[in-house]
Amino acid sequence: MAWLIATARNCALDRLRRRRTLAAKLPLLEEQRVEMIELDDSAFPDERLELLFTCCHPALATEAQVALTLRAVGGLSTEEIAEAFIVSEETMKRRLSRARVKIRQAGIPFEVPAAENLPDRLSAVLAVVYLIYNEGYAGRVDLATEALRIGRLLESLMPDEAEVHALLALMLIQNSRSGARYAGGELVLLAEQDRSSWNAGELREGREELGRAVALMGGNVEGVYLLQASIAAIQAEQPIDWGRIAHLYSELLALTGSPVVALNRAVAFAEAGEPAKALELVERLPLEGYRYLHSTRAELLRRLQRTDEAADAYRAALSLASSDPERRFLQRRLSEI
Amino acid sequence: MKYALLVYSLPGSHEELPESERNAVYGEYMALGGDPRCTESAQLQPTETATAIRVKDGQRLITDGPFAETKEVFGGYYVFDVANLDEAIAVAERVPAARLGGSVEVRPLVEAPS
Repeated sequence: MAWLIATARNCALDRLRRRRTLAAKLPLLEEQRVEMIELDDSAFPDERLELLFTCCHPALATEAQVALTLRAVGGLSTEEIAEAFIVSEETMKRRLSRARVKIRQAGIPFEVPAAENLPDRLSAVLAVVYLIYNEGYAGRVDLATEALRIGRLLESLMPDEAEVHALLALMLIQNSRSGARYAGGELVLLAEQDRSSWNAGELREGREELGRAVALMGGNVEGVYLLQASIAAIQAEQPIDWGRIAHLYSELLALTGSPVVALNRAVAFAEAGEPAKALELVERLPLEGYRYLHSTRAELLRRLQRTDEAADAYRAALSLASSDPERRFLQRRLSEI
Repeated sequence: MKYALLVYSLPGSHEELPESERNAVYGEYMALGGDPRCTESAQLQPTETATAIRVKDGQRLITDGPFAETKEVFGGYYVFDVANLDEAIAVAERVPAARLGGSVEVRPLVEAPS
């Protein structure tokens, strides 16, 4: 998705952009050189941005972009990345190798994209970072922490980009609550979380980043990550303004057309006191195989006291549940009605 | 670096355009071929004119039509000599087929060592 970039920012970015021959820079992506980037970041400050954009080039498959970014920018070992995404080390080695070959053979340039391509290319980088934040499983390395590190690096290299600050804000605010998400191995919903276990420092930093993002957007709340970060910030307040959240989800839906966003918007309407409207919205969504559709339907039907239908929906959600805490939570709900 | 731009079109997508628009589109194809970075290009006649040849167990098999029936049809190609993939992509996205339901495959040529 494109957004307007002020010409002043174009100039700053042109200064950053350097054209280099691929052959000279390819070593940065080879196995041996990665260690050097990690140990002595100050020697190659600008090249980390080129590296990020190269690793996240759309000509590479998404999973390759993620793996390369973690390897070349994050400095993780192939073994650590394989463990985080639950694949064998061989598989990950091949994935990285294929990506490097593609970069070399297909002539993917080692540079920060030109201004006219920057919006789309930056979107790709932000998507990879957020994917790393969300999709990695716990291993020896906490991928959420890696994503935050890369997010902070990106912020230092592109301080004039609103969505860069917004993504960092989103991850920080979400991360501030991660300690409260489980209690004794059991899933805890937002409304019931122990707020004292939220990381106040991360929440504060997240709010500051959000403020910077809004200022860079000229005071407007626009952009995929800025909208999500704003929603996350409101959820950290007491009481939660669900009406405003529903409105922000509407804007996000207009930008993305995502049925998952539509689902979250319906939840916001329910929390704002309109469960019937929410259910009506949910019934229209093409998300049959998505477990949260069923758990949301179940919750809404429960609130509307249509208990038989709610039970069916909880069973459907259970059949799609992907973790034990989730299963136990749904079982409890099912037995309560 | 030399890149092949392989043009795949959705059948009928060009023919169904109103005449003035169709002519403008053909003009675009020609202009791309005239780009100084373009080293060669060719438009292929429609798939109805195609013949497929295979040799199996020493036997020559000749059949009517393209080698495979696909939704998108290979219609022509350009070879562009540009600095890198991003420049090749910038050319490829201007090929009309890409916005008329088809696609352009961009692949580097195997170049003889100099």
